[in-house]
Amino acid sequence: MRHIISILIENESGALSRVSGLFSARGYNIESLTVAPTQDPSLSRMTLVTLGSDDIIEQITKQLNKLIDVVKLIDISESSHIERELMLVKVRATNGLREEVKRLTDIFRGNILDVTSSTYVVEVTGEKSKLDAFIQTVGEDNIIEVVRSGATGILRGERGLSL
Amino acid sequence: MELSGGDILVQCLKDEGVEYIFGYPGGAVLHIYDALFKQDAVKHILVRHEQGATHAADGYARATGKPGVVLVTSGPGATNAVTGIATAYMDSIPLVVFSGQVPLPVIGSDAFQEADIVGITRPCVKHNFLVKDLTKLAETVKKAFYIATTGRPGPVLVDIPKSLTDPAIKVPYQYPKSVSIRSYNPSVKGHRWQIRKAVDLLLTARRPVIYSGGGVILGNGAEPFTEFARLLGFPVTNTLMGLGAYPATDQQFIGMLGMHGTYEANMAMHECDVLIAVGARFDDRVTGKISEFCPHAKIIHIDVDPASISKTVKVDVPIVGEVGSVLADMLEMLKSADKRPDAEALADWWRQIERWRSVHCLSYDAGSDKIKPQHVIEQLWEVTRGDAFITSDVGQHQMWAAQFYKFDKPRRWINSGGLGTMGFGMPAAIGVKLAFPEADVACVTGEASIQMCIQELATALQYRTPIKIVNLNNGYMGMVRQWQEFTYESRYSHSYLETLPDFVKLAESYGHVGMRISRPGDVRAALEEAFALRDRTVFLDFLTDPTENVYPMIEAGKAHHDMRLAPGVSTDTELA
Ligand SMILES: Cc1cc2nc3c(=O)[nH]c(=O)nc-3n(C[C@H](O)[C@H](O)[C@H](O)COP(=O)(O)OP(=O)(O)OC[C@H]3O[C@@H](n4cnc5c(N)ncnc54)[C@H](O)[C@@H]3O)c2cc1C
Ligand SMILES: Cc1ncc(C[n+]2csc(CCOP(=O)(O)OP(=O)(O)O)c2C)c(N)n1
Ligand SMILES: [Mg+2]
Repeated sequence: MRHIISILIENESGALSRVSGLFSARGYNIESLTVAPTQDPSLSRMTLVTLGSDDIIEQITKQLNKLIDVVKLIDISESSHIERELMLVKVRATNGLREEVKRLTDIFRGNILDVTSSTYVVEVTGEKSKLDAFIQTVGEDNIIEVVRSGATGILRGERGLSL
Repeated sequence: MELSGGDILVQCLKDEGVEYIFGYPGGAVLHIYDALFKQDAVKHILVRHEQGATHAADGYARATGKPGVVLVTSGPGATNAVTGIATAYMDSIPLVVFSGQVPLPVIGSDAFQEADIVGITRPCVKHNFLVKDLTKLAETVKKAFYIATTGRPGPVLVDIPKSLTDPAIKVPYQYPKSVSIRSYNPSVKGHRWQIRKAVDLLLTARRPVIYSGGGVILGNGAEPFTEFARLLGFPVTNTLMGLGAYPATDQQFIGMLGMHGTYEANMAMHECDVLIAVGARFDDRVTGKISEFCPHAKIIHIDVDPASISKTVKVDVPIVGEVGSVLADMLEMLKSADKRPDAEALADWWRQIERWRSVHCLSYDAGSDKIKPQHVIEQLWEVTRGDAFITSDVGQHQMWAAQFYKFDKPRRWINSGGLGTMGFGMPAAIGVKLAFPEADVACVTGEASIQMCIQELATALQYRTPIKIVNLNNGYMGMVRQWQEFTYESRYSHSYLETLPDFVKLAESYGHVGMRISRPGDVRAALEEAFALRDRTVFLDFLTDPTENVYPMIEAGKAHHDMRLAPGVSTDTELA
């Protein structure tokens, strides 16, 4: 099962490597990891996407909690949540493709951020599956470069992750 | 009060009540050594190798329950300490290790004797710090001691760049009385509801087993633990790390469990219907084949570390908390319960256990004309009236010490279980002897292990720590040889030590007493003579039977009831 773990962690040098080191040392998977400081600059918020059986996910959350720098965490995939990922795609935009890519970008509620005579840079946000679908629809052959941020997420409603 | 970094560190140690610091100097810590020179409240023990410093501090910590403190220089000094840090980590021992680091401005430039020790030790410490700001030094030291000693204990490393200890730079000093760390709040009290569930389950048990581990020792829980076990009258087995939590000479004790545990302990595990694990972590040397672990049992698990619970074996009633506190709650509930465990069922269970016990799984050929290692340990137990501190190295001798020295008290059995570090025993014994100068301290070792930290014999002389080294010299890496005999058709690949030193002369050249014992009849007298030399370190080189093996043995991947017993030991009596 795919899980999205949100972590509040001390914004200190080395904190990130404690998390990534834990995953490599214990052989856990990381699908993606995003991190940035929060409004409180002493804290960072990390979103970690991982795959594993229930037992493994339980160990992962326990081991993460054991890290002294980890202040709090939740597995947001266990409740109703919003997941978003940002993707920038450089697409070949020649002849017929120019119109076609623009049309697809609209359908996917994306934006074209850069235009040259032969390329577009398209920005799409959404869940992983939506971004995958965009790439598939445009067609691998027409894609020059892709950069994805990795997923971030937040719980719906009152509940959340804060101190 | 304005102090330099070196003086601040030393003052912190004083304020923390540190008695001994085990260390070895070098460039990056010279300012700190200069600060140490100016005082004598914190006594520095100069070892001969940084690994020895960590093991000695570790031995001190295991024997006293207080944190062990270490000081090493940057680069090679710090990397030499890694094995000892990892040893402490695996057995959850509180250590605070200070390492010197190159000056802040040159960190990252591959400076002379630079090693990223914070990075290197990250996977084998409970936590570590690189101090970058002198005004934070005292607070960081306080945090290090706090983290090392609370919750599930463990080693903490504090890396101090040389530029911070510059005697010319001074800042105001104040040692914090306490610290709180928002991200670190170890649980103490167990969940009342869970404890109640556990008590209910215990009261319905018909074939119960109490399985306890290092956590009872670490949490100073032996007293409530013993009371708990006696109140219920259930059989008690200990892990290698838990020996001494319950008196081994008591009838309720059925021996160690696991790979080299007793027949009765392992059989009881296999047949039990309720298992309560107290401060034990279901290590693979204990569980054997996981899919056949305690196949009939409902399992209760008390542990201060939530990550220990259901890590390898799923449990039915998890309780996160300190052993002392949880057991006190349990005792209170048990005492006020109107129900008692079924006395008849329990009596039947004990009859079964006595049948298993009558197999005498630890018997050995006592009539042999070679010295049997088991005999040496039995004699050691008698000569020291079962009251010595016994440290050990790693191998067969370690298992015989665990099986044959009947530990009645906690913190008397000091060995590396989790990492299994050869070289641990002798430096650890020095640490123990410093803490308990009046007590008998023996290191049970093998001719291979002892050579891994042999240089610490010099430390033992310098600080007058008279320990007794009981070398069970079988000429082989016996534990390796045993596995090769059993699983590699006796192909003894590189497990024979062809060029052993003359240990008697070696001991003498270090200024100690050396004795060689080659006849079984001389074992007792030699031990008596050695312990009578109260102010001398004595190296007893017992030439033991090289072919002896450790039994019983659960070979890798097998279940508890599938034990290999010593030749001549049979389960016939049990069947009769
Ligand atoms: C050659 C060799 C052979 C071995 N053979 C065996 C064998 O036959 N049998 C055997 O048992 N072991 C054997 N071992 C040792 C084995 O590898 C493990 O080290 C050992 O089994 C672990 O013991 P433990 O479960 O008591 O855990 P420890 O490592 O002692 O862990 C303690 C547990 O208690 C918890 N804890 C700590 N403090 C507290 C507290 N205050 N309150 C509550 N919980 C707390 C911790 O979180 C942890 O889960 C062998 C080792 C070697 C080197
Ligand atoms: C540092 C280290 N290296 C290797 C091992 C693997 N090992 C475990 S027991 C053992 C042999 C120990 O021999 P000895 O000290 O003579 O003890 P014996 O088994 O003969 O009693 C070895 C090599 C280890 N535990 N530690
Ligand atoms: Mg040997």
